[in-house]
Amino acid sequence: MNFNYTLIGQLIAFILFVWFCMRFIWPQLLEILETREKEISDGLEAASRGKRELEEAGVKKEEILDGAKKEAADLVNQASQRANQLVEEAKTSAQEEAERIKVAAQKDVDQAAKKAREELRSELAVLAVAGAEKILGSEVDQEKNADLIDQISKEM
Amino acid sequence: MAENTLTQDKFIDHHLQNLTFGQCSDGKWRFADKHVNIGKDHSAHEVQKDYTCNPKDMGFNAIHVDTMAMSLLLGTLFCFFFWRVAKNASTDKPSKVQNAVEYLFDFVKGVVNDNFQDKNNKLVGPLSLTIVCWVFLMNLMDLLPVDLVPWIANGFQSSVVYGPVHYFKVLPIADVNAPMGMALGIVVLIHYYSIKKKGLGGFLGELTLQPLGKWAMPFNMLIEIPGFYAKQIALGLRLYGNLFAGEMIFILIALFYGAFFDSLYGAVLGVFGVLLHLAWAIFHVLIIALQAYVFMILTVVFLNQAHETH
Repeated sequence: MNFNYTLIGQLIAFILFVWFCMRFIWPQLLEILETREKEISDGLEAASRGKRELEEAGVKKEEILDGAKKEAADLVNQASQRANQLVEEAKTSAQEEAERIKVAAQKDVDQAAKKAREELRSELAVLAVAGAEKILGSEVDQEKNADLIDQISKEM
Repeated sequence: MAENTLTQDKFIDHHLQNLTFGQCSDGKWRFADKHVNIGKDHSAHEVQKDYTCNPKDMGFNAIHVDTMAMSLLLGTLFCFFFWRVAKNASTDKPSKVQNAVEYLFDFVKGVVNDNFQDKNNKLVGPLSLTIVCWVFLMNLMDLLPVDLVPWIANGFQSSVVYGPVHYFKVLPIADVNAPMGMALGIVVLIHYYSIKKKGLGGFLGELTLQPLGKWAMPFNMLIEIPGFYAKQIALGLRLYGNLFAGEMIFILIALFYGAFFDSLYGAVLGVFGVLLHLAWAIFHVLIIALQAYVFMILTVVFLNQAHETH
């Protein structure tokens, strides 16, 4: 065991290498590892957040879908109701129209019948007068017997 | 036979000698020129001069050039490699190298987190990473064949007989200065944190006032002070001892190769040596990694103890 200046030299070399490692190696490597650790934990967090958001979106989607379905069903109901109503209305108005037409037609028919009857009556009166003239052999004064003729045609 | 034994001794001595630059007895600084080998080119050094330039006579006034060169090279390699990875690192597309570095980083960070309570400390993490990487790299040099690097350093020829570099120990940890130099840094840190966290009084109190209270102060000091310093000395010596022993066994195994080309017997011995080397190297990989880890975790534990009040 011969100690000499090599001991001091080794000590100085040791200090230098430790200083170099402390200054240029250790902090850099530590930073790299810490950055990576942070990136990984951030990534995992983002992944779990994304998963959670996906789940929330799924729930929301269900809600929206349900709402839309309900709305659509409401709309269909409403529409069919409205259609029924329309049909009902149309039916009613058609019936009314038909009734009205029927009444008008009846009136027309009555009028026509009355008119025809009037005509027939006046013609019959004329014929009766003509008949009476023939029977009597003389002219019936229209002017004088107007009341009589009217009476006859009314009685007929 | 006697001559053969002598050669083997010299081979072992050769591999246990650092490349030393120091102050010779004439007061001048130069590479030590006392060589244990007896090659033709070395014989000049064998002549006794009026001064000695033996590393063992230099005392503290010397420096082991091979230890310094290898440890600085490996430490720089570690710093450069990690610095490049840290600089080019990306958070989303890590390269394979970055993954490996991050794995190691995470491992060291885990050890520090588990064993060190002061989470705001900026020093212990980098300190642990530097220790585990640097010590591991230096330990790894143990796996290089004992003659390879001296052979390269000597201009691709055997350093045993001739050449410019006669000695080159490639394993810095097997030089007691390297592990003890690091341990010295840890010792300084232990004292620094002890005094910073507990105050000088608190630190001295821990060494003198327990376990038996102030009336048994000499007894307390007898118990506490050796315990306190023994673990710090053992920190460096443990690493040194493990690697020195491993290196020693590699050197002994390397003796088998010596006569590889001389005879059939030598060749058979050489093959046996290669197998032994392989077996020991595979086992030694464990020690290499384990001792680097042990040095790191003990550093963390001791520094944590410096923070704790008992």
